[in-house]
Amino acid sequence: MSAVIDTDTGHAGHDHHHGPAKGLMRWVLTTNHKDIGTMYLWFSFCMFLLGGSMAMVIRAELFQPGLQIVQPEFFNQMTTMHGLIMVFGAVMPAFVGLANWMIPLMVGAPDMALPRMNNFSFWLLPAAFTLLVSTLFTEGGGPNFGWTFYAPLSTTYAPESVTFFIFAIHLMGISSIMGAINVIATILNLRAPGMTLMKMPLFVWTWLITAFLLIAVMPVLAGVVTMMLMDIHFGTSFFNAAGGGDPVLFQHVFWFFGHPEVYIMILPAFGAVSSIIPAFSRKPLFGYTSMVYATAAIAFLSFIVWAHHMFTVGIPLTGELFFMYATMLIAVPTGVKVFNWVSTMWQGSLTFETPMLFAVAFVILFTIGGFSGLMLAIAPADFQYHDTYFVVAHFHYVLVPGAIFGIFASAYYWLPKWTGHMYDETLGKLHFWLSFIGMNMAFFPMHFVGLAGMPRRIPDYNLQFADFNMVSSIGAFTFGATQFLFLFIVIKCIRGGKPAPAKPWDGADGLEWTVPSPAPYHTFSTPPEVK
Amino acid sequence: MSEALSTRRLVQRLLLVVVAMFAFGFLLVPIYDVMCQAFGINGKTAGAYQGSQQVDEARQVRVQFLATNSAGMVWEFGPKAEELTVKPGATNEILFVAYNPTDKPMTAQAIPSVSPSKAAAYFHKTECFCFTQQVLQPGERIEMPVRFIVDRDLPADVRHLTLAYTLFDITARQPPVAHNGG
Repeated sequence: MSAVIDTDTGHAGHDHHHGPAKGLMRWVLTTNHKDIGTMYLWFSFCMFLLGGSMAMVIRAELFQPGLQIVQPEFFNQMTTMHGLIMVFGAVMPAFVGLANWMIPLMVGAPDMALPRMNNFSFWLLPAAFTLLVSTLFTEGGGPNFGWTFYAPLSTTYAPESVTFFIFAIHLMGISSIMGAINVIATILNLRAPGMTLMKMPLFVWTWLITAFLLIAVMPVLAGVVTMMLMDIHFGTSFFNAAGGGDPVLFQHVFWFFGHPEVYIMILPAFGAVSSIIPAFSRKPLFGYTSMVYATAAIAFLSFIVWAHHMFTVGIPLTGELFFMYATMLIAVPTGVKVFNWVSTMWQGSLTFETPMLFAVAFVILFTIGGFSGLMLAIAPADFQYHDTYFVVAHFHYVLVPGAIFGIFASAYYWLPKWTGHMYDETLGKLHFWLSFIGMNMAFFPMHFVGLAGMPRRIPDYNLQFADFNMVSSIGAFTFGATQFLFLFIVIKCIRGGKPAPAKPWDGADGLEWTVPSPAPYHTFSTPPEVK
Repeated sequence: MSEALSTRRLVQRLLLVVVAMFAFGFLLVPIYDVMCQAFGINGKTAGAYQGSQQVDEARQVRVQFLATNSAGMVWEFGPKAEELTVKPGATNEILFVAYNPTDKPMTAQAIPSVSPSKAAAYFHKTECFCFTQQVLQPGERIEMPVRFIVDRDLPADVRHLTLAYTLFDITARQPPVAHNGG
């Protein structure tokens, strides 16, 4: 990436260097929010390919009934690592990368509030994932207990490598917490004069709320893996029934983290889409204030619905009812958001550039995922759906066309700002359509096989599910292969292309479009005025 | 716009939240136990019997006994009778038998559970082998009594209770002493 030297004559200090340092150490030592954002995004993409290749192993095994390619032990490691890498390695770092790049630009800040901590929180991630992925090569294999690592599978019956897994989770947790503190400090303290809270772009708002979710629940995750560590190595019995503990307790503590976690993965996408849809509808966002309150309401509700993941463990009827109704209540603020996005598009002058295509697909497909979520929320029905492919279909519909499409939309939307070049629109649209078709082909049939009773996390299945699984696998291979096209588009865009103006999208709004493209290495050294 | 907090103070407070939430994760452990006790869920039985010892002659409750070995446990373990018909308020006794067929001394811990869970709070054990760990020498067989009272306040619609034990091998955790300390 070429950096443009800021020629603002307002700088008097000569010890103040303007450009990036040269060589590899630039990236190791950098405290620049744009450099760190870029590293987060590249790291996330690497993890996306790694986690995706594990999904390809899973789908290859499930292409036909019977065991063909991998043994069940390895299959279990693949499902576990696919989940962990996609959640903690691909989606979360991608949003932190977007936050690093865009939040200072959107609020008119010169950098993140805590630049050194920013560097540290990024560099913990390669360490954490090296630790995690290395377990695959150990004797006894890597984690094989599912990304939810339920005890006692992850304690009494875990492979030896579980200790490495625990430390990897600790490192990721520390990284996320530091990232979140940085985001909060930047948003609360570094906004340009005149940028009141209710003037902030929604991406900034959703990230502020996400950051609070992160600092509230990542410590609980750290706590639960610490309890596992103590059960495994120090003879405690948090989750060990023989010593008076309770495995169900694990699920409560885990999902107290786990449910807010799923909103951590989607709220920033809500924010990005709330910037992109108005830009390509050439209308201001409909219902800005209600969007802010809806986001806050979703975040609040996420803390009181965790037990809907465990309807079948034997919680009392009143508990089932409470968690069922509380879960359904989330549909209300989410519905407000979908309504606002649709209303923003209503009677707008729509054009469908790649970011808009991804954003519109986001709205439609995320809503489908939301509806299957409502079905799962019905406690008596959940007894049938629990642990079937229907659940897999549900959460992939909210995470792939939800979180991942949100990230793609953001990447295409801001690529001109990051690189100074327009990406190849034809290839971008091709990427969208192949992703859209591949993703729906992969995940839609999972609804059917799930309702018919195909269990998740099993490498073999009944013959009756064969056709749908083959369709799923073909769709998954299409989606997976298509992501190399995305890599090609991004590299092509970095290396050249039509020069991008400061504001390449005529309907776009926000401070990030007031700086040149590519964004100079240092921006907003003097804060802009926001009216 | 004026800043309410300096960045340093803000970060300090956020770190405090992080530490508090870490502690809260551990606090969930006692909270879980308290909730299970308070709502009588999880099959945890009630404490010592507090009410009057008057036997309710008019009512009969069937109490069924189950014994299960956890994965990897090799003892023979089971009740002497499959079920008893008892009167609320009366003290009853049932014997469980355990036998160690291996050639090594072993330690075991039994974990009880009562279902339906709403009845668990009305089931009082006055003596139970589950209160202590059991050590059996190679080839040793013991009979272990459970004495219990079904509460007179047991909800009227409960006519059938199950007392289930799961036996865990905890030899690795609590190595048995050479002499019979059981």
